[in-house]
Amino acid sequence: MKRKTCFKNASLLTVLAILLSLALSACGSSDGESISLSGSSALLPLADNAAKEYMAKNSGSKISVQAGGSGQGLTQVYQGAVNIGNSDVYAEEKLKPEEAKELNDHTVCVVGIAAVVNPNVKVDNVTSQQLIDIFTGKITNWKEVGGDDMKIVLINRPSNSGTRATFKKYALNNAEEAEGTALKEDQSGTVKQTVSQTEGSISYLAFSYLDDKTKALKLNGVEPTGENVANGSYPVWAYEHMYTKGEPTGLTKSFIDYVLSDEVQTNIVPKLKFIPIKDMKVKR
Amino acid sequence: MSKPNKRKITSHYIKTELLGKSLVTFFGIFLIILTISLVFFIASQGLSTFILDKQSPLKFLFSSKWDPLRDLSKGGPAIGALVFIFGSISVSSLALLISTPFSVAISVFMSEISPKFGKKILQPVIEIFVGIPSVVYGWIGLTLLVPFISKLTLTIPFIDKDINTTGKSLLTGGLVLSIMIFPTIASISYDALKALPKDFKEASFALGATRWQTIRKVLIPAALPGMLTGVVLGLARAFGEALAVQMVIGNNILFPKSIFDRANTMTSVITMEMGNAVSGTLEANALWSLAFLLLLISFLFIVIIHKIGAKGSFIK
Repeated sequence: MKRKTCFKNASLLTVLAILLSLALSACGSSDGESISLSGSSALLPLADNAAKEYMAKNSGSKISVQAGGSGQGLTQVYQGAVNIGNSDVYAEEKLKPEEAKELNDHTVCVVGIAAVVNPNVKVDNVTSQQLIDIFTGKITNWKEVGGDDMKIVLINRPSNSGTRATFKKYALNNAEEAEGTALKEDQSGTVKQTVSQTEGSISYLAFSYLDDKTKALKLNGVEPTGENVANGSYPVWAYEHMYTKGEPTGLTKSFIDYVLSDEVQTNIVPKLKFIPIKDMKVKR
Repeated sequence: MSKPNKRKITSHYIKTELLGKSLVTFFGIFLIILTISLVFFIASQGLSTFILDKQSPLKFLFSSKWDPLRDLSKGGPAIGALVFIFGSISVSSLALLISTPFSVAISVFMSEISPKFGKKILQPVIEIFVGIPSVVYGWIGLTLLVPFISKLTLTIPFIDKDINTTGKSLLTGGLVLSIMIFPTIASISYDALKALPKDFKEASFALGATRWQTIRKVLIPAALPGMLTGVVLGLARAFGEALAVQMVIGNNILFPKSIFDRANTMTSVITMEMGNAVSGTLEANALWSLAFLLLLISFLFIVIIHKIGAKGSFIK
């Protein structure tokens, strides 16, 4: 009787062990080289498109692209969880100096950011000073900058957002945006939707999100276009980075080379309204 | 039925008994380990704000200044979460306030007034509501409800000229949430009413009570514990919902002055800031602390549900 239960328990344990090992081995990788990217949602469309094109040309290689935000991209590439970390800010701005040193920066393109308003706002052009006054809450009505008598509704991004950091640095001269009074939205898509349906609203968006649902403002008379960013007359832009830990090798290297190749830079990059790195006549 | 012969470990025994037993045991144990390690992980991350970064837990709970990236020259990082805690509580209470009367009424209608129509039409409709993903609720809220509330606030003659007219408000969040939690409350209340013994109703009718009297004085009190379970489950769902609320509530870090003002919740600040936070920094840890607090609150809800369930469904 006792031996019987003993044997039963032993066989139960064996089956458990087999099941466990099966479950664990399922996590193992298949053959063929595969890499993963994560990070900046601004760069996501480009990374995604380039990865699809690359995989179509090189069967067997597998590139998975996730969003998650610049902070996540930088953390994960530093920890070795992904092969490439996408970011719209320099690693030095987010990570500790000794951590940032281990990462290799590959700037793949430039993203321009424009101040956008609801189409019913009659203003087309603002000066830097006006923009600063609007976002710091000094100007609260559109009539003060030549528009109709309409309340200004600020819509901004979370304080750690890369887009916000760029906008603050190059459009607002590092002035602190008014907190509390502004609506805060996480996704560029939500920002676009909210601006398009909120009277008198103003926010900022990457060029890739601009369309006729919102109106992009000229800054000091300069239109926010790719050409103006490339020739240096429009100042609100940032490099898009692909970070690797150490020197890239294997598929990681060939994928980054592919993103920097003429094929991607002259076709996909402008199509998604990013600015190719080779077009830039100014440097930062 | 005859007892199966268990004398020998035959292949038949392995097929009919052992395989199933070990499978179930394996998944059971796996789930327990998973739960424990998950709680441990969130707790260890969440508590490091107070242990490693030496932030005061009291300040976290009772201060309303949230700025984890503030420079040391301006007073250093601040991680007061009171605005978010207040926002979460107020938006989910508002949702309950709107949703509970509807849900209870519908469950009564389905079980007592018109069982046929209820079963054929209302129940499938409610099930459809459950199946809609929360991002869809959020998107509908953003494109339909937000402009509507915006127009509504413009027409209300308020003394306060600074009233928020963007349509993103506590009220909008509460409305979206109330639609999301209504199927939970309605279907659990319906089940509670359905589970009542027939004797209750028949006895009440036999005493000469009308249908309305029976429902109000007998059936609802008898099913109350079950209904309350539904309400608490709905509250838990409302508390944990992130995306839909985040899209319509405005997310500014100030206390709302009225239900027409913008607010922020614990879940929406986590989803908004997590992507750009670098793990291991105070900013990320503070978000983990919020997540840990959410976990504790949901534990509290579960305890409440068990307490209500243990009471049983009997009229006092």
